[in-house]
Amino acid sequence: MSNAPSNRMVTVRNPQGLHLRPADMLVRLATQFESTLRISKDGQWVDCNSILSLLTLGATQGTQLEVSAEGSDAESALAAIYALFEAGFHEMNEIEDTANPIVDR
Amino acid sequence: MKFADFIQTGAIQASLQATTKEGVIEELVQSLLDAGQIDAEQREDIVAAIMKREELGSTGIGRGVAVPHTKHPSVQKLVGTVGVSESGVDFDSLDGERVQLFFLLISPPERPGDHLRALENISRQLRDETFCRFLKQSKSADDVQQLLQEADDNQFVSG
Repeated sequence: MSNAPSNRMVTVRNPQGLHLRPADMLVRLATQFESTLRISKDGQWVDCNSILSLLTLGATQGTQLEVSAEGSDAESALAAIYALFEAGFHEMNEIEDTANPIVDR
Repeated sequence: MKFADFIQTGAIQASLQATTKEGVIEELVQSLLDAGQIDAEQREDIVAAIMKREELGSTGIGRGVAVPHTKHPSVQKLVGTVGVSESGVDFDSLDGERVQLFFLLISPPERPGDHLRALENISRQLRDETFCRFLKQSKSADDVQQLLQEADDNQFVSG
């Protein structure tokens, strides 16, 4: 069973951005769903099931991304991904993260 | 960010001798030390920090590529090097494949953006299979350096 794709905006909350460990977490989460999941930054779409692809987004803290899900469990997949972003990939409380400003150039 | 912005040419290892994860990391950190990019007294601490990061989950990201890395307060800017292993090393990669190509990165703790941009550049370039294959086939540091330069000049991917 397949539905039309659903989309949802997410925001990178953690100071370290979408680096390797969050990308790994995202892939592991995405593979738990039947739906095809893709994510985009500024119109550049990549598959959610490839760490290499996710890293090409270079998404720093504060970056807004659009997630697209197509499949029978699209809504629950989007909710789970949204929750993971909102939780800052569970690294919001790392001591070194809190004191340091993001240097963006 | 381009390779030239963070890969220390003098530390490139085109024929890694090590056959273990820790061995490869030690060899690459040593090459950064030999190239004058890190302090000798920090070498052990940096190796330990990179190994500790590997325990959180392998940085072997697939396609025979790994990006061992750490933050370390002893560096003033992002420093990195490239290593090539002809036979490949078991790195507990996510896809189970042996790793032939290593990008080792050490970044100052307060510069997460730079680390992200280095990862972005590495991943973007490595999506080109030709570039990836050529790098693995490199026989000398000059070969590697030339490929990185060509990638920086957008010879492999556009944009």
